[in-house]
Amino acid sequence: MQINILEYFEKTVARVSAKTAVIDGEKSIDFATLAQQSKKLSRVLAQKAGVIRRPIAVYMPKCIGSVVSDMGIIYSGNAYMNLDVKTPAARISAILERIDPVLLITDAAHESAVAAIWPADKTVVLDALDFAALSYAQADVDKTLYPVLDTDPLCIINTSGSTGVPKGVVLNHHSFIDFTDWANTTMGFSENEVMGCLSPIVFDIYSYELCLLMSRGGTMVLLQESMAAFPARILQTLIDNRVTFIFWVPTIMVNIANMGLLDKLPLPDIKTVWFAGEVFPTKQFNIWRRALEGARFVNMYGPIEITLDCTHYIVERDIPDDEPIPIGYAMRNTDILILNEENRLCAPGEEGELCVRGSSLAMGYYNNPEKTAAAFVQNPLNTTYPETIYRTGDVAAVNERGEIVFRGRKDTLVKHSGYRIELAEIEHVIINTLKLVENGCIVYDHAKKEIVFFYEGAEELPVAALRKQIGTALPKYMIPTVYVRLESMPRNTNGKIDRLALKERLEA
Amino acid sequence: MESIYDILAELRPENDFHASTDFIGDGMLDSFDIVELVTALEEKFDILIDALDILPENFANTDAIAGVVRKNGGSL
Repeated sequence: MQINILEYFEKTVARVSAKTAVIDGEKSIDFATLAQQSKKLSRVLAQKAGVIRRPIAVYMPKCIGSVVSDMGIIYSGNAYMNLDVKTPAARISAILERIDPVLLITDAAHESAVAAIWPADKTVVLDALDFAALSYAQADVDKTLYPVLDTDPLCIINTSGSTGVPKGVVLNHHSFIDFTDWANTTMGFSENEVMGCLSPIVFDIYSYELCLLMSRGGTMVLLQESMAAFPARILQTLIDNRVTFIFWVPTIMVNIANMGLLDKLPLPDIKTVWFAGEVFPTKQFNIWRRALEGARFVNMYGPIEITLDCTHYIVERDIPDDEPIPIGYAMRNTDILILNEENRLCAPGEEGELCVRGSSLAMGYYNNPEKTAAAFVQNPLNTTYPETIYRTGDVAAVNERGEIVFRGRKDTLVKHSGYRIELAEIEHVIINTLKLVENGCIVYDHAKKEIVFFYEGAEELPVAALRKQIGTALPKYMIPTVYVRLESMPRNTNGKIDRLALKERLEA
Repeated sequence: MESIYDILAELRPENDFHASTDFIGDGMLDSFDIVELVTALEEKFDILIDALDILPENFANTDAIAGVVRKNGGSL
């Protein structure tokens, strides 16, 4: 009976202790050292925090230190919450205020940035720890972990929220164990796996990469996010490190396909390609599939409120360029309900809201009962005992082959470069927090993949200044790229801004 | 060279590109910008930039960018 994700890691370390666990450029760490450092760090955290099952934040770029920090937090019986150092301080502060972590781990390079928004007595500077001088007793580690249940949080992942403060999704050990077990069985992963890790540490994909490292002894090759602009460099790194597995968002893969790079820099070692987070246009997908003939491609689908993903589609047939790639079938121990407006199961082919049932669901949003109650609701098909489902807000249908197909969104949530963005959050920040305009509306141009801001005003506002001000509150990927001034917003009969009319303007 | 500065200014008007010699290291251009910049350079100089030339060191400053443009047949 496995309760804690670390049970995987303990077995793996015993088996492959001298093997390389993480590679970051010229630096690397083996499994034995990673385990030792994590456990030593866990004692520092346990002593300082004095609690379990609480969030501990990590504020540093993706590096060996961030892996040690996350593992150390898990060993301390707490949940890691990774933060993006490129996110504006105001947004980080809002997250810290909402989640109120017991501690924050950072590195020397970010110590002063942290000091401006977070108390020093609740900060641990990783580089300041002398690991050679630290020690741990396995009995203490075991004692700390004993009361941690499989329903206790492993990590907290923040996602865009309409009120201007991100929501902290609480994901437990059990759901990661379930997913990892499914993945290892279905994909046949082994210790020979070398992962090309491109995801930011704030993505759930990174958390899965940690699980593959822990469960099978796979090696993580860290690819810095800043390299996403330079696909030739990324592919060369994959080749140099003989990477076998990538789990990426389609944006970068589309760029690579469009640049014709797969012919110039072939990837013969890649055996498994997972993609998730947005729709992969089939034309570019087929370029990848043709270039990597022996590899297995899997389309993964799932909102962050479900641990990793809830459906998958292993591509085994040819998919014409004009047919969208199905999102496929439910993961094991997960159930997909496609519900219509009357909350009844849709007939085959009928479109409805994709809802998810099972222990892969998040525990809820941290310190946010209202938002939790709105999204995690009673299964309308079960009137006999409490059973929670998650309503994704995604519209889906089952096709004639029995595969689930994603059709679109019900609301104003969009996927932009792999990030999930609530358009209302951008509006809220521009209008209510920064007060840059009185009235405005964000519309997503799906064709050009641009965030467009329509605002009401007598005069044109300078774009440079707008971008700069918005950049103080929102991360780069949320800053609108196009700004359109209107004398007055189109409104529908009840006086609300007519989003549809603005959308039509874009398409015209 | 001014034409390159013009393209950069249009792309990221809030940045002072004259003040930096390492646009990537200084965080002035990210992955979204590079994609747009390449497209803008290709249109402006009527060239196709080899994907293998899209490397961080080739976009670090205007001299490097000019080098990429020339290498791919553009004249400045």
